[in-house]
Amino acid sequence: MNTRLLTALAASILAAGTLAACGSGSDEEDGPFITVYNAQHKPLLEEMAPIFEEETGIEVRLRNGKDFELGNQLVAEGEGSPADVFLTENSPAMSLVEQEGLFAPLDEETLALIPEQNRPASGMWTGWAARSTVLMYNTEDITPEELPTSILELAEPQWKGRVSFSPTGADFQAIVSAVLQLEGEDATRAWLEGLAENGEVYEGNNIVMQSVNDGEVETGIAYHYYWYRDQKESGENSDSTELYFFGAQDPGAFVSISGAGVLKSSDKREDAQKFVRFLADKTGQQALADSYALEYPLDGETPLDPAVKPFSELQPPTVDVTELNGPLVIEMMQDVGLL
Amino acid sequence: MAAVLAPPRPVRRVGGTGGTPVALLLLGTVIAVLALVPLLHVVQYAVTVDPAVAREQLFRPRMAMLLRNTIGLTMASVALGIVISVACAWLVVRTDLPGRKLWHVLLTAPLAVPAFVNGVGWISVTRAVEGFAGATLVVTLSYFPFIYLPVCAALRGLDPVHEEIAATAGLGRVQTFTRVVLPQLRPAILGGSLLVALHMFSEFGALKTLRFPTFTTAIYDQFNSTFNGPAAHLSASVLVLLCLAVLMLELRLRGRRRYARTSSGTPRGQRRSQLGRLRLPALLVPGTVVALALGVPGWSLVRWMVVGSSTGTGLDGLLPTAVTTVAYAGLGALVAVMLALPVAVLAVRHASLSSTVVERSTYTANALPGIVIALALVTVTLALAPGLYQTAIVLVAAYLIMFLSRAVVSVRASLEQAPPVLEQVAKSLGSGNLATTLRVTVPIVLPGIGAGAALVFIAICTELTATLLLAPTGTETLATEFWALSGGLEYGAAAPFALLMVLLSMPAVYLLSRSSGRTT
Repeated sequence: MNTRLLTALAASILAAGTLAACGSGSDEEDGPFITVYNAQHKPLLEEMAPIFEEETGIEVRLRNGKDFELGNQLVAEGEGSPADVFLTENSPAMSLVEQEGLFAPLDEETLALIPEQNRPASGMWTGWAARSTVLMYNTEDITPEELPTSILELAEPQWKGRVSFSPTGADFQAIVSAVLQLEGEDATRAWLEGLAENGEVYEGNNIVMQSVNDGEVETGIAYHYYWYRDQKESGENSDSTELYFFGAQDPGAFVSISGAGVLKSSDKREDAQKFVRFLADKTGQQALADSYALEYPLDGETPLDPAVKPFSELQPPTVDVTELNGPLVIEMMQDVGLL
Repeated sequence: MAAVLAPPRPVRRVGGTGGTPVALLLLGTVIAVLALVPLLHVVQYAVTVDPAVAREQLFRPRMAMLLRNTIGLTMASVALGIVISVACAWLVVRTDLPGRKLWHVLLTAPLAVPAFVNGVGWISVTRAVEGFAGATLVVTLSYFPFIYLPVCAALRGLDPVHEEIAATAGLGRVQTFTRVVLPQLRPAILGGSLLVALHMFSEFGALKTLRFPTFTTAIYDQFNSTFNGPAAHLSASVLVLLCLAVLMLELRLRGRRRYARTSSGTPRGQRRSQLGRLRLPALLVPGTVVALALGVPGWSLVRWMVVGSSTGTGLDGLLPTAVTTVAYAGLGALVAVMLALPVAVLAVRHASLSSTVVERSTYTANALPGIVIALALVTVTLALAPGLYQTAIVLVAAYLIMFLSRAVVSVRASLEQAPPVLEQVAKSLGSGNLATTLRVTVPIVLPGIGAGAALVFIAICTELTATLLLAPTGTETLATEFWALSGGLEYGAAAPFALLMVLLSMPAVYLLSRSSGRTT
């Protein structure tokens, strides 16, 4: 086979590809649809959105990414944004978009579905799912009795080299923002300095869990569902570990809230409002509870898989979600060398 | 890839066609401006930053660390890449190593394994690859074919007479290699090293997984937290400077020396060195490289599929995603080679300061992180043509900006080997500029066009960031799916997407290995 023939073959494949690209470029149908910038886990929304589509006939077009990726993209887009709804995993990215004045107020009846402590007083967005901070520990290396009673103790010298976390992720940054709000700037700075000194730093909570499971580090700070999901998947990365919940209103019992809001620049606000209401109402919360996600529903009624520690037993500290300060957290983490 | 082969940089105005056609220069300028959009955006942003803020950001201790890491990684990977490439290329092209043809394809194939898949694959086998040494190894394994392929092509094109003269003059095998063969490989090594260096500046996925911070990972970290526009664009400006430095350095090292045959006649065929007793042990060299570059990520992918319980979920999305990916990669590759042709013609046939500027402009975006390019296009599109935002048109434009250089180096190298006399004859027979290009130039550079298209195709198949920001909503590619699923721990579900990404790139790899296999 000579090169020329191969090139011709390649050219025809390219041409076919081009045609396919042109074909797929056109809008398939022109029914009502909304564009959702989705930073929650994509598989979760792919389970939930079809239920909404069935119910209302409104198509949900998902644009997937991470909290601050999409939050920053929304800020870069400003008034020109094609997004109608923004969903996040953690609330600081919601606050970023709220501070830029890009949200429209949510309908009163939507807000009424979620208890007040789980949404900002401004009414610009609402919580609709939650995850709890946990300490994972290797059961062969450490006993539950040796674990600290507060997440703040992990900054003390005896924990040097014995704790891991993922500082570049939005998850850990949300936890730090909670510590900042509860303990103040000086205490948080001291805590971060201690953690920077003591901690093993990894990229991603799943790697934190792996490292604890492999016995490289005794403990790791993460969210509850990584562990429960891995147990469900195969247990390969978590079978040598257990979860420890701080409880007792400790900053380490911080419950982080996934947010949903409607963009001011949207020209489909009514449909967008319907979608956010769906996420918060009985159908949506039940769909969340029934999904693979193992994250907590937030309406105060819908129960989750009994294998997961019940939401009512978490004893989280009281945190004002709008006051979770993203920028200051980043600055402090940079100062101590964690970012 | 006759790609980076680029044997002789022809003496100025070899073409001797008189002045540069205005239309061609105009076209080249338009292409250069497109390629420079992100760079101009970065510079424009950076100069508006308050000098006090800029000083504070630029002279933080962390910046020094990032600079050290970025430069260190680049130098180490280029060095390691050269060693791997020259050793393997020599064994495959110039010795009686068993299974040479197969080894050649296998040594090209790492291009089809995206660096971030390679990174995730390695890290799930051993965490020892974290940090400088591991990052250098893994990333080099992903990019060394950029050097290997042109070195192969150059080795095949060498006239054995030089080595014979050296032998007659009493030089041993090793001395002949270091003093005669190696200098002749210089243009090929330089061209390939340039591409590797630029990719090191902008690599993100693999380095993030391997926990090795560089300017690019720092910029991404910011985008994944609270984006600090000034800081990110200042970091990007440093990358721009590094990129310009590397481009100048390569031009200077390349020089004006000619290595090709100048006389008429055909070079005699080369004799292969007999490895003798070393014939089987020598297999360890390409064997180790292939095992590390293909075996480790391949093994991880298979293992995830076997172990993970999420394996098999989401498979119905596999085919449409693959079709979308191939469509974009095909379209991008086609347009890229169409744009690369005028740039290459300018650079080779009408060498001048302005054509050098046009050609070098197409490289600049290679050194910038995808996120910086994508953000520049978000801003520029919404300002100039909001109707085009998040359409296929802008996404393809982003791909072109990022990967045009891959097509340019390939086409240029092909064109450099073609004597301009053919085009001159066509013109003397009354053929116009355009007709000459289509009927004479294009057929001559067809291997280069094929290689360039293959390289762009592979790059688009595995591109992540620009796709995430700029693709039409609802459009998913294999790369975005793999990234989304592997982030959620569902390795079993993610693996088929990575595997398909690799398989789809295989025809392009084969095409590449063929075109560098041609004797020139």
